[in-house]
Amino acid sequence: MKNYYQKEIETAPYEEIVKIQNEKLKKQVRRVYDNVAYYRDLMDKKGVKPEDIQTIDDIKKLPFLTKDDLREAYPYGLLGTDLKNCVRIQSTSGTTGKRVVAFYTQHDIDLWEECCARAIVAAGGTNEDVVQVCYGYGLFTGGPGLNGGSHKVGCLTLPMSSGNTERQIQFMMDLNATILCCTPSYAAYIGESLAERGYKPEDNKLKAGIFGAEPWTEEMRRSIEKSLGIKAYDIYGLTETSGPGVAFECEEQNGMHINEDHFYAEIIDPNTGEVLPEGSRGELVFTSLDKEGFPLLRYRTKDICVLTRKKCSCGRTHIKMSKPMGRSDDMMIIRGVNVFPSQIETVLLKEGYSPNYQIVVDRARNNDTFDVYIELNPDQVSDVVSDIQARERSLEAAMRSMLGIGPKIHLVPPKSITRSEGKAVRVIDKRNLHD
Amino acid sequence: MAITQLSVYLENKPGTLSQVINTISDAGINIRALSLADTRDFGILRLIVSDVQATRAILDDQAFATETEVIAVKMSDKAGALGNILKILEDESINIEYTYAFTSPSREQACVVFRVGDTKAAEKVLNTYGEITLNDEDLKDLL
Ligand SMILES: [Zn+2]
Repeated sequence: MKNYYQKEIETAPYEEIVKIQNEKLKKQVRRVYDNVAYYRDLMDKKGVKPEDIQTIDDIKKLPFLTKDDLREAYPYGLLGTDLKNCVRIQSTSGTTGKRVVAFYTQHDIDLWEECCARAIVAAGGTNEDVVQVCYGYGLFTGGPGLNGGSHKVGCLTLPMSSGNTERQIQFMMDLNATILCCTPSYAAYIGESLAERGYKPEDNKLKAGIFGAEPWTEEMRRSIEKSLGIKAYDIYGLTETSGPGVAFECEEQNGMHINEDHFYAEIIDPNTGEVLPEGSRGELVFTSLDKEGFPLLRYRTKDICVLTRKKCSCGRTHIKMSKPMGRSDDMMIIRGVNVFPSQIETVLLKEGYSPNYQIVVDRARNNDTFDVYIELNPDQVSDVVSDIQARERSLEAAMRSMLGIGPKIHLVPPKSITRSEGKAVRVIDKRNLHD
Repeated sequence: MAITQLSVYLENKPGTLSQVINTISDAGINIRALSLADTRDFGILRLIVSDVQATRAILDDQAFATETEVIAVKMSDKAGALGNILKILEDESINIEYTYAFTSPSREQACVVFRVGDTKAAEKVLNTYGEITLNDEDLKDLL
């Protein structure tokens, strides 16, 4: 049985989608040019006028926006409408520099929540489901987005927010939660915690999980699915475009359908900015086609991925994006070699280790040091030193063959790496402290 | 037979060892024997304690402890007693992973602990040669 939240648009023929995109883009560019001085300046500098944009293909003529632009325009510089029309802000977790603050009108909130509702229905959600949302609530978009989507579908919503695992488990078991929404690392942690308390995967009523907000691998998906006895679905989004639900997985579990009636996606060469043909790997760029409060045009996400418009067995016609293969931000250059944390995770899961690890990169005597701390699973702990050392050697060799360089492996006791209940801190790069 | 050793896997960071030892002694548990193997990265603390279950319970959140079966051989006060035991194990090709010794002040009794691959087989061999091995009950008497 096929279920959609908004069947007509989710399964619309391609030509229909293009028609919608053409109309929406024309209107959106006009609105942005009239209301957003910051972007008007960028367009003027490039010599592009709103009337140059007639179809979705004309989008190539528009200038890009980057995170730097967002910082520079902070807080109101990219606001697309009067503040009196806005009803909400959300903000990214601050890393460096200024936070990004995104504004939403009620229309923006509705379309965002509808996108999340599509994701929940695609994961098998109906109004008979109990959705446990343990993404953070507040400025972070995870909690509010899935919460709103769950309401739209009519599910019983448990607005747990993040943390307090004891309470999460109590509500999950007592109230028969059927769909879990959180970060994949927290889902893995809940799985472990349930096992520790003697629960088997079949003891809970969960059937699906909607996990996002951080990178995760296929191996991690399988391990979460096994430990919780569920189907695990990926969801994608970022505060700059609205939040989770920009793209979501269907039952095929191989790529996320982009809600392209609201968000137009392009893949570009990150170095030249050139738009690449379908199927190429490159940087993902999003344009909000009908958001009012924070209408970003051609925003560079820094996520590296691939777009494909193949026929999907779920019946949805919207283009699919692959799981991001890394962020240009996350990519580390260690001793001249490109290293993505996701590669390390792949090795760990393949070799039977826990996905709880931390990478520490530093510099000593003008050379990069590269250390990976990995938690042993309880059954891997030994009282014999040589057993542990043998494990370290074999893991180092496996890493070397995957990455091209061998990190120093440190096997640490189970549960000794601090768990964050929001985003996992996987990489500590201390090299810039020396500059 | 064999006795139960508690093996605690520790990160080699300042303070981790003393923290574990203090937690155990603060709980009034007797540490009868202790041996530490450490590398630059990690340490394995091997303990013979008066109450294994209680120790595991109090260490629960602080350190990761597992139970390991080891052989405890009573040492006679004759000269060369340890040499004899080692010779038996060597002759029978029993590989020793590690070993340590402890004494019981009350009984003036020394014991040597061996961790081997096949505990049962090694113990049988030692008994055949007339060596006395201890179990957890014997240990209670001893201390
Ligand atoms: Zn599909």
